This record gives sequence, C-alpha cells and structure tokens, in this order.
Amino acid sequence: MFDKLDQIFVTLKHLVMGHLPAAWQPLASAVISIALIPIVFPGLFAIVTVIERKGLGRIQNRYGPNRVGPFGFLQFVADGIKALIKEDVVPRAADKMVHFLAPVMMLIPVLLAYAVLPFGRKMVVADYDAGLLFFFAVGGGVELSVFMAGWSSRNKYSLLGAMRAIAQMISYELPLILSAVTVVMMVGSLNLSEIVKHQNQYTFGIAHWFVFSPWGLAGFLLFLVASLAESNRTPFDLPEAESEIIAGYFTEYSGFKFALFFLGEYLGMFAISGLGITLFLGGWTAPFSFLTWIPSYVWFLSKLLGIVFVFIWIRGTLPRLRMDQLMNFAWKFMLPLALINIVVAGIWHYMGPDWPRWLVCSAILACAYGLLGLGLMHNQKLGKRIYRYAE
Amino acid sequence: MLGEQIIKGMAITAKNFFGSYVSKERLTTVQYPEERLPQQGNTRQFPMLVFDGDPEKGLRCVACTICEKECPPQCIYIVKSKDKKPDYKGQPQLYPAIFDIDISVCMSCSICVEVCPFESIKMNTEFELSTDDRFGALLLHKNDLAKSNEYYQKLHPDDAKESDAALAVEKAKAEAKVKAAAEAKVAAEAKAKAAAVAAPAPATPTPTTTSSATPPPAVAK
Repeated sequence: MFDKLDQIFVTLKHLVMGHLPAAWQPLASAVISIALIPIVFPGLFAIVTVIERKGLGRIQNRYGPNRVGPFGFLQFVADGIKALIKEDVVPRAADKMVHFLAPVMMLIPVLLAYAVLPFGRKMVVADYDAGLLFFFAVGGGVELSVFMAGWSSRNKYSLLGAMRAIAQMISYELPLILSAVTVVMMVGSLNLSEIVKHQNQYTFGIAHWFVFSPWGLAGFLLFLVASLAESNRTPFDLPEAESEIIAGYFTEYSGFKFALFFLGEYLGMFAISGLGITLFLGGWTAPFSFLTWIPSYVWFLSKLLGIVFVFIWIRGTLPRLRMDQLMNFAWKFMLPLALINIVVAGIWHYMGPDWPRWLVCSAILACAYGLLGLGLMHNQKLGKRIYRYAE
Repeated sequence: MLGEQIIKGMAITAKNFFGSYVSKERLTTVQYPEERLPQQGNTRQFPMLVFDGDPEKGLRCVACTICEKECPPQCIYIVKSKDKKPDYKGQPQLYPAIFDIDISVCMSCSICVEVCPFESIKMNTEFELSTDDRFGALLLHKNDLAKSNEYYQKLHPDDAKESDAALAVEKAKAEAKVKAAAEAKVAAEAKAKAAAVAAPAPATPTPTTTSSATPPPAVAK
C-alpha cells in the first residue's frame, strides 16, 4: 500500500500514457514529466515567499504579513496580482532586446537544471548519466542572464550589481563544484539517481547519507555556503544589496519582469538546495529505516523546505559581507578547504571501513578548518571600528 | 575560532523566532486598525475651527484673515461675510462666508494656531483622511472644519483649558467694560439731571427729547 502511495505519480503517468497510441507515448511521457516542474516549483516559490516574510518577521519580533487570507498565507496572490498589473517600464537608453531577454534567460537554465534532479523513487525527468555535469553546466547560464540584465539596463547601479554578481558567482562556483566532486569520487558516477541509490542503504537503521561522514559533513557545509552565494542570498547578497545599489542588476526592471527575476532567483535556490540534498542528504531516502514507509517525494520536499528554512534563518541573522571579505572568504578559505576535503575523501576511501579513518579524517579537517580560519582572521582588526578623521 | 559568533547570532535569532510565538511582550508592533496606541499629547494633523454651542452661530472665527496671510504654503482661503453677527462677547462681528483649507497643501506647521487672536483655529488630530477623490475630498470646507469646544477639550485638555481661560478673561474684560460704560452712562445721566435741576434758567441750545429735558419748555411757557 505504501509502495502504491510512493509511486502514485508514476502510476498516474502510465495510466494516462496507456490511453495514447504507442507512437505518441515517448512525447507524452516527456510532456507530463516536464509539465509538473513549472507547476510544483513556482507553487513552492509562492509559499516560500510568504514563509520567508513571516519567518523574518518573527525573527525580528513582528507578525509579518497577516492580512490576506488566514494568517496572511494568501499574501502571494496579492503580490502576484500586483506584479501583473504594474506598468512595465523600460529605460529609454536601454538595449530593449537584451533587456527583454534577460529575465527569460534567467528562468530557462534554472528550469533546465530541474531535469536531472530525482524528486522521488523513479521520479526524474531525464535520468542522465552526466547529470551533475549537466546541472553545473546549465547553471552557468544564470551568470550570463545576470550580466545581460545589468548591461542592457544602462544604469550604473545595474552594472555595478552585475559586475559584483559575476565576480561572486564565478568565485563561489569553484568551492561549490569541488565540494560536489568528493561525492562523485565516492560513488564513481555523475548520475544523480546513482548517487541517491548509493546512499539508500541502512546499517543499524541509519542511512548511509554522505553527510554522516567527516568529509561529507565538511562537503555539505561548503556546499551550503557556496550555494548561498550562488543564489545571491544574505550574507552574500552583494549583487542586489538594496542599501548600496538599490536592487543591483534588476534595478531597472518593473512589473512582471521583476517578478520573473524574483522567481528565477528562488527557483535557482530550490534547484541548488535540491542538488545539495541529492548529493549529501540522501535525496529522497529516509534517514532511518523505520521511516521508509513515508513516500519518497515527501522526504525530498521536506528536506528542501528544511534547507530553505535554514537559508531564511541565515538571512535573518547575518549582515552582508564586504566585497574584499567575500573574495577572501572564497579564495583563502573555501577553496583550500574544498581541496583538502578532496584529499580527505581519498584517505577515507583507502583506509578501509575501520574506525581509525573517522579519527584521521576528522582530525585533518578540524586542523584545516582551524588553521585556515586563523589565516583568514590574521591581520584583521576585529572589534569596535575607529574612524581616524571623524574626530 | 571562525564561525563562533555566527552560531551565537543564530541562537539569538532562533530565540526571537520561537519567543515571539510564546510571549506577547516580545512583539513590538501593534495591529493598527484593530488596536491602536494612545496619541501623544501634542499630536497635530490639520487645522479645525472651534465653535461654542451652535456650529453656525457659535463659530469663534471672525474672518480676520490673519491665518490666511500667515499660512506658509497658503492653503487657507477665506471670504468675509457681508453682514455681522454677535460674537461670544455680544459684539457684532464679521464671520467667514467661506473658510476652506486644502489639506493636500497644508504642512501641519500650526502657525495659523499661533497667530489666531480669537482662539478659533486649532489643530485636529484626525489622521485617517485618505479618500479616493484627490481634489474635492481633500479640500475641507467650513462645515467640515467646524468642531465643538467639547471635542477640542477632549483632544488637547490643557490647551483647551488655557484658551477657555483666555476667552473668559476677554469676556470678563468686555463685560466689565460694558458695565463700566453703562455705569458711566447712568452716572452721566444722573449728573446731567442734577445739573438740569440745579441750573434751570438757560435753555439748552440742542433740543432733547429725553424726559429729563422736559422741564425747560415748561419754564419757557
């Protein structure tokens, strides 16, 4: 019975396909699988905007939106209608074609990235052998769209935001990919379904998630921080720092194009969180063997919401970094630690299944973390700032 | 250690998040249309015209147009009346035939209140004035502006007491003046009577019709 519930979407798809002529079936299968993504994830986006606003409100001891619908949970409907009926202003000096294309370009790679994510057991649109590579390759398109938006607006703030975004996204792509490389080393495959299958084993009732190992934990934390930076979330929201450069690269966007950027940003955040879940948190698998009766897609969505909640929590806590701090953190801390983590993963693999590997790997990572942290904080004058010329 | 302070900060925000569901004292905001905070003593929004008793006859304003002239953004428009009516002291005074304030122009500086010698124009605290009519509804007319003294006393009790006292002093002065004038008149009449009685011989050149002036013709007869 639980198996049926788990596979309900797959069964429904096959039911629909059974009524079609055999020649149409591959096309119908693709269309049905694809159609679910632009329905489910924008819906999740709508809910998450409300949750984010309410969560941030609570973090700041406010109620948050509470007027539209029960407890304000229909706020996204009001926001959506507002975005739709707003005037779409295009600056006179803008490059109109590029200005129009940028939000579309933002959305396409983000939606493409969902194609390789396994949302549940046997629930993946394209079970692609080079899935991880595809994800990162397609994700590179986001940078292009950000720069298109910043360049075509012909606005200093937009251009500054785009420049910052490019610098930041390229810097953080390295630790992001290097932290994912450890998983590929362990599994020996770039196929994301294969990676999930590898984690879907249980000893003493606990799953073999990669996060439950020293290199996996380090990799997951590196991935989390890098994905924060990739999705332009606080404390890495320099590209759209509203207190410095208004809205960064989408300063000159209004109405529904603005909403598209917003949507693209959140969908990118979900996609990269989904990848983090797939790589380190076991994808759609349950953490304990006695919980395997819960449908796989429920696990995936709840893990996704958990990560998103952590993102919101971080947003409510940390202030924005400065540009030099951002770069120092990426190149002097994240990148060396990711490289060391790759070595540690190799050591873990060749030391065999005994307990000493836990000790050795944890010790190496803790030392590396401490030393790199010291190196990062070296020569940094922390504490109360003194203004030499202000007195 | 790197990241130590981040953990501390996360703990604080988590405490805020859960605390705001548990204790009401943490929530600093007020749910405005349903709940509201009491207004501060010196709150002011836009001017109003104070009246005593009847909103038409009791209006304190005498259309002196000082406020109109002093208003920095010139949002007051006054047309004086042709006739006069008695004010609170009983003196015949002009009254404003038209008194308009454009609250889309008014900057709530309250200079009109400071210059008004008749304690007539005062600041209202009404702030829920939004309308869907941009021009008509933001131009307040005399009957929109007229507010009773009791209302003013409720808004600003101390100021209202002061202005009532000032008006009472003025009224007392005026009454005293009237009384003094009446007494002087009576005294003058008495004096004139006495004079007439004391010296009846010379006929007054001006014919008077008062009763005290009756004896001379009789003498002339």
